[in-house]
Amino acid sequence: MITRMIAKRLLVSLIILFIVSVLVFVATLLLPGDPAQAILGQQATPERLAALREQMNLNDPVFVRYFTWLGGLFTGNLGYSAATGGPVTALLADRIQSSLVLMGLAALISIPVGIIVGTFSALKRGRAFDNASTGISLVLASLPEFVIGIGLVALFSTSVFKILPSVTMAPPGEAVWNYPVQLVLPTITLALVVTPYIVRMMRATMLEVLDSGFVEMARLKGVPERQVVLRHAVPHALAPVAQVIAIQLAWMAGGVVVIEFLFRYPGIGQALVDAVANRDVQVVQALSILIAAAYIVVNLLADLVGIFTNPKLRTEKAA
Amino acid sequence: MSTNTMETQVTTSALCATDLRVETDAGVEILHGISFTLQPGRILALVGESGSGKTTAGLACMGHFRQGLAKGTGTVSLGGGEAGNILDLPDHQLRRLRGKTISYVPQDPALSLNPSMRIGEQIAETLRVHQIGATDSDRRLRVAEVLAEVGLSNDRAYQRRYPHQLSGGQQQRVGIAMAFACRPSVIVLDEPTTGLDVTTQAVVLQTIDELAERHQVAGLYITHDLAVVAQIADEVAVMLSGDIVEHGATDQVLYAPRHGYTRRLLAAVPDLAGKRRVGQVEAITGEQPLVVPGPHGVPDTTGATSLVDDAKLLFGTGPRATPVAAAPHPLMRVRDLSLSYGEHQVLDGIGFQLLEGESMMLLGESGSGKTTLSRCVAGLNDAYTGSIELFGEELATGTRARSSEDRRRIQYVFQSPFSSLNPRRTIAESVGVPLQMSGIGDKRKRRALVLEALDQVKLGERFMERRPGDLSGGERQRAAIARALVNAPSLLVCDEITSALDVSVQASILDLLRTLQTDHNMSMLFVTHNIALARHISQRLAVLQKGKIVDIGTTDEVLDNPQHRYTQELLANVPTFK
Repeated sequence: MITRMIAKRLLVSLIILFIVSVLVFVATLLLPGDPAQAILGQQATPERLAALREQMNLNDPVFVRYFTWLGGLFTGNLGYSAATGGPVTALLADRIQSSLVLMGLAALISIPVGIIVGTFSALKRGRAFDNASTGISLVLASLPEFVIGIGLVALFSTSVFKILPSVTMAPPGEAVWNYPVQLVLPTITLALVVTPYIVRMMRATMLEVLDSGFVEMARLKGVPERQVVLRHAVPHALAPVAQVIAIQLAWMAGGVVVIEFLFRYPGIGQALVDAVANRDVQVVQALSILIAAAYIVVNLLADLVGIFTNPKLRTEKAA
Repeated sequence: MSTNTMETQVTTSALCATDLRVETDAGVEILHGISFTLQPGRILALVGESGSGKTTAGLACMGHFRQGLAKGTGTVSLGGGEAGNILDLPDHQLRRLRGKTISYVPQDPALSLNPSMRIGEQIAETLRVHQIGATDSDRRLRVAEVLAEVGLSNDRAYQRRYPHQLSGGQQQRVGIAMAFACRPSVIVLDEPTTGLDVTTQAVVLQTIDELAERHQVAGLYITHDLAVVAQIADEVAVMLSGDIVEHGATDQVLYAPRHGYTRRLLAAVPDLAGKRRVGQVEAITGEQPLVVPGPHGVPDTTGATSLVDDAKLLFGTGPRATPVAAAPHPLMRVRDLSLSYGEHQVLDGIGFQLLEGESMMLLGESGSGKTTLSRCVAGLNDAYTGSIELFGEELATGTRARSSEDRRRIQYVFQSPFSSLNPRRTIAESVGVPLQMSGIGDKRKRRALVLEALDQVKLGERFMERRPGDLSGGERQRAAIARALVNAPSLLVCDEITSALDVSVQASILDLLRTLQTDHNMSMLFVTHNIALARHISQRLAVLQKGKIVDIGTTDEVLDNPQHRYTQELLANVPTFK
């Protein structure tokens, strides 16, 4: 039964990914401007434009171009950047790596912090810690990410303290993690955006689980409180929280755009902003499909966590 | 069962609670200083209706107070009292007693077993936290032993099952095995058989009885079901709004009750033989004045003693449902009704006929398909095959396809009055909805009809502008019945409508339904799992098992001369007293 469920989820994911690829392709077709013109500039002769269109297959029917592009996705050939002329894969490799570092660090901080703070909030329901964490998380959740980012910049690098750099200035070609100090503010900003949702969801589900019959039963059979929380309560609260974490991680893939722009961080967000400005269609397509794929994969993982933590789905029903 | 326990209790008690008081966080006292004693190998039943404080008292014995309750005062001491007052113990000492010396069997095992832990592990966990058994394999042996004691198979594969892979009765036996695992001296059982059918209930009760006897465990059995009390308890304490109003040996309390409340409670219990007049007792509201609240036998100050005597006088004169008048017309005919979800056959070739003005009981345990059947009749479930005829005309399958006249003719009352009324609407608005649906646009006329329906269910005008939140369970169910009656239906489908209510409230609802049935010549399909109600509500009885009608006939025929083994088994296991 479980393999069938996973297979079904996988199939659905693939279908969604296919639909997204069509949408992305159509959307970039609708972008104003001619890619050949964008590459060659205003002074280009009609002959050169025609030659370049031929070379870029712009004269082929739309569906042929779509399938060529789709085939390229599978073989790792994402086409050539209009802005630099180089292959898109080479251009994006570093950017993707940098973004993954940023997102990974933020996730590494926000997931455990969110779960732990949420759990304690629920355990201390109505006390000072709970009120503080609920209040702070509500404020943070209601602030847009750039406000949090600008606030942190004002606090730590310009107006109050001047201890952290406000922009990333790694020399091109060098990995971002060689300059850890520059990573601090972007990471904290991203973590602060994501954590409140995890805290609030964890608190809400823990409250519900703590009121449940089996937690009361565990207490009444003399199980130590620590074990009641860790063994009986938290595992049950995790499944719904996993869904929220997945949505947050997926949001990060798109949400980094603003934060990277704010901190001049050389990731996919910056690349996307540049590509749109330059009519660099191939790069826009590649990044859009990448971000969509990240959404789908992360949600798929959350579904799998849900399936594996629920014994009802893992085992057969009683005869 | 010995009848005289009072003299021996001081020397051998397993648990002694004195002047137990519990307040809510808001400072309202809900237990007013009750006292009782439990003795090894004997079971004290704590009986009361919802809100009487019986569960609070049971949990207080374990030093546990639910959310919203403040810590109680008084003394609860175990055995010789060397552990001190349970209510004053710090958490870590309390924890050592819980599960080991005093253990708990919860009301609903489906909620109280951890759904993601294997059952063997849940029992072993109790042993481990109390350091019983040196190694895991020792503990596994003990787990196998207690599983065998409660009559479950105890092989490795069974221990590795999850709660959802067991039936309700098996889950409850796991709960009992867990409670007995550490060989406690006291065990608190909180309505452990509510929700089980009578056959399973009988097995569970017998298991509890045997284990308590064999291991000399003192039991506190919390229940609202007096028939169960007769089977299992040695002593009974009757609770009313936080006080014990009567306390004594089971035989004395059940057969020679001293307090008026006990008498009324007893009179409200439906009996299989139909000798008691459950319908004509008034609803007991818990507002009885109490002169001397005390642990043993509060003198009766309420005076209402005549009911029981009346019942005796009227014995044989027809407490039961009135026989149908001659030459009635068939109202509804169900033929070859089947329904399945995938491979699972829920209903399998159901056929029966219902006469005008006749009440038929559909009896079955959970999962027998009785609710599905009644939903098909009402058109709420349209996935069935077969035919349902009303007044000789075949009905469309779903409510959407039926005419509004057909919809008007069949009305449905749901099980839980707590979820079937919209909490944001006043009672008058809720009751008026069916009128709007059948196109009665005139407001004044609607109001008059609503008022008439509310009068019929004895709620009256003052309830019109109230909302469900202000009403008690019984009042809500009356409002729900008024909503069904307002359009003068030909058939009322009642789906377990009394199972969420206390016996006294149940009695008044039964009374109401019978009056309505005879006054308006209305037919009724009364769906229930409680066989004891049969003679109190219905002329005919259909027994449903696994989607099939296994026994059908007049109530007397089926009860006196059951044809099918399942019915015979049910009848043999009905707990009774008197």
